[in-house]
Amino acid sequence: MSIPSSGRNGEGRNRLADSPSPRELAHRLSCSRREFLRTAAGVALGGTLLGANRFARAAETAKKRKVIVVTFGGGARDQETFAPQGQENIPHLMRELIPQASFFTQVVNQGILGHYVATASLATGVYETINNFAAIPPEHPTVFEYFRKDLKRPPSDAWVVAPSNGFNRIGESDSRSFGPGTGARVILPKHLLTAALSGAKTDYDHLLRDNYETPLYTPELAGSEFELQQLEMILKLSVDDFKAHAKTLSSPDELSMYITHQLMRQVAPSLLWITLHDIDVAHAGAYSLYVEGIRRTDRLCGELWKMIQSEPEYAGNTTLFILPDFGRDSDQDSGGNGFQHHRTGDALSRTTWMLVLGAGVREGVVFDRRMESTDLVPTLGGILGFSPSLAQGRPIPELV
Amino acid sequence: MLPSDLKPEQFRGYPPEAKKLVTRHLQALQQLPMSFLPNLLREVIDYDFKFPAERAATEKELVALSSLSPEQRSQWFHSFSAIEVSSKLDQLDWVSMPGQFVEQLSAYLWTTHQLDAFRKAALEYADRLHQVVPPEAPPIPRLGIAIIGEGVDVPAEPLFRNLRPHGAYFSRVKPDNGLDQLLKAVAARADAHPLPYGHWYIDGGAASDHDPLLTCVSYQDLEPMRSALLRKIRTEIAKPGMGPEQLRTFLAQLRPADLGLRESEGTALDRFQVKILTEGSGTQIFSTTFAQWAAREALRRAQPLTLLVRFAPRQRQKPMNELLSGDHSEAELDPAGSLIDADMGAYYNWINQQRLPGAEQSSFLAWFENHSEALVIAPSMPRGTESTTVADLHELLSWMS
Repeated sequence: MSIPSSGRNGEGRNRLADSPSPRELAHRLSCSRREFLRTAAGVALGGTLLGANRFARAAETAKKRKVIVVTFGGGARDQETFAPQGQENIPHLMRELIPQASFFTQVVNQGILGHYVATASLATGVYETINNFAAIPPEHPTVFEYFRKDLKRPPSDAWVVAPSNGFNRIGESDSRSFGPGTGARVILPKHLLTAALSGAKTDYDHLLRDNYETPLYTPELAGSEFELQQLEMILKLSVDDFKAHAKTLSSPDELSMYITHQLMRQVAPSLLWITLHDIDVAHAGAYSLYVEGIRRTDRLCGELWKMIQSEPEYAGNTTLFILPDFGRDSDQDSGGNGFQHHRTGDALSRTTWMLVLGAGVREGVVFDRRMESTDLVPTLGGILGFSPSLAQGRPIPELV
Repeated sequence: MLPSDLKPEQFRGYPPEAKKLVTRHLQALQQLPMSFLPNLLREVIDYDFKFPAERAATEKELVALSSLSPEQRSQWFHSFSAIEVSSKLDQLDWVSMPGQFVEQLSAYLWTTHQLDAFRKAALEYADRLHQVVPPEAPPIPRLGIAIIGEGVDVPAEPLFRNLRPHGAYFSRVKPDNGLDQLLKAVAARADAHPLPYGHWYIDGGAASDHDPLLTCVSYQDLEPMRSALLRKIRTEIAKPGMGPEQLRTFLAQLRPADLGLRESEGTALDRFQVKILTEGSGTQIFSTTFAQWAAREALRRAQPLTLLVRFAPRQRQKPMNELLSGDHSEAELDPAGSLIDADMGAYYNWINQQRLPGAEQSSFLAWFENHSEALVIAPSMPRGTESTTVADLHELLSWMS
């Protein structure tokens, strides 16, 4: 986190544009996404269809409803994604997922723009104010606690797959009404791999990268007997098989997606939350690596959707949510350095999108109205049937 | 302590010129709100080590603040005054350590959801200041040059996509002696319009032979400083209780002597180089990031008349622990990725140049090193056009003026 420029030394105002207000910028951003999607992906504008074709829900099956949430730690901007020049980076989102999805163009994060605290806010429905860099639980109950308590679900029915350090406490809050043991089980793929390797990391270093908001701070990864038990008892993977497969992967997020697939096959949780993190390499300032992260994330989202269709426990009864935790700084804001960070708090860094597809979701529709990051948890409550009583957001009517 | 309690002796730790400056304007500083003043002092405390353009801007800002009537001051700062600062923050030694205070204030503003209000207040302030102290036009139009693509034969994607709408794309440039031509052109400008820190050459690799009139910063020349810094980072990370924010505070306190320079305080350029490495994110490990960030900071701080930036291939991405090891003996390079980085870096250089006074008259040249592609932005050049005219870089420069 850093403070925005106070405008000294002639840098306070951008001379390239007429400095529209944050609200105007957010609106322009929303319009550009909508126009692009309407012309390029052939989707409809939700507002015009809402009355005529209310919720063409997918056929509900007798199977238990499942929800998978994918968040990107490390937002992606319009010009590298939905704007015309960015289309080439997201072929799977554009051609495969968006035509089947409801797309929300204006998801605003009013909270702290740090990845752990923002992901915690997404998971609680409250703008958390915890230290972004400390391994501490969210202050408010998480979606996993509401889900398990209200629906009386066992621990195995809610899981989080997260990028190692910092996120290991995201599964449950320190709220008195809920407390230890009532949340999700958290699996940290890099810790699993570290444990499986027993110190011999030479061939796997590329999977153990940690991209942080302070890229120079790289604490040692931990891996213990606990992780090995998770590997063998829950995921039904031998250390040798895990190591052999890991050798075929190229990034930490690919490792996370592999573990996700194992979880889906072996445990089939009803609520599964995956946080991807490769895009956040942007903090090191190399644009090519940032774009590479976007392309990989796009491919992994496409693969996840295919996994959902191919797994009997998930096919036909799963709703998939995909959303970045927030955006990144605009090129035009002199207080930032473009794609590299998300420190200015400008409209582009606060505004992102959400794509929802699968069971109960209208296909090929774009919704322009503004919603907040904190609306996610109440929406999940509406879909799965629990009451997130302390969440601040509101259910998204187009989804519940 | 509150601003109204400020006394001259509290600035005894400031460098001499900064102390004189702050003492001269103490009465005005005492009237400023707590959410604003430490930000200003963060600039003032480094006054002795700033570039001439920064010094002039700081002096003018303080003169402007001192000349405000009580009513004007109230108008200028009502938004800052509305921002609540916790009493816990008041108790920090924000006079001696304004930088650390601002870091904590930043975290506090995010936590209390006051960041947007602060941002709005800062922009309002900047507008008022610019009305009272209009930026001075440069004595000659600025020129920016970006050289990209060393080590690449054929780019994977079209070059200069972000810059093309703003200028003319030339596809048949004669590349022979291109770097030499550009360095000579930059030296000629420095010779004709001598100005301290007015003409810069930043190289992401090893600097080529250049005129001593140019202020030169290169990634390779700073290798000893980068190695010293990475050693310190490794040591700090290993300490119990160390986290990202503590590391950042540690880096902000480093001085030139800590990184092996002989003079304990260093020159303005020494301090600049230290800040590029300690405040930049990724500048220590990727030469493309170094070149882009150094250019951004040179433009923002020194406001040069001329800036030539040559991007060089960076090392291939590896796990951060390996990148921090400082072992560059067999660093594998990534020329193709570096070209993409540099193409974006060139665009950012142009954006940052256009933030400076005189933007309407300034010009910019981006060249694919040793190849025939270049992009020219100048008042005389039609925007969004392409040319197949055969020309060398010297001719392109002459058409820009």
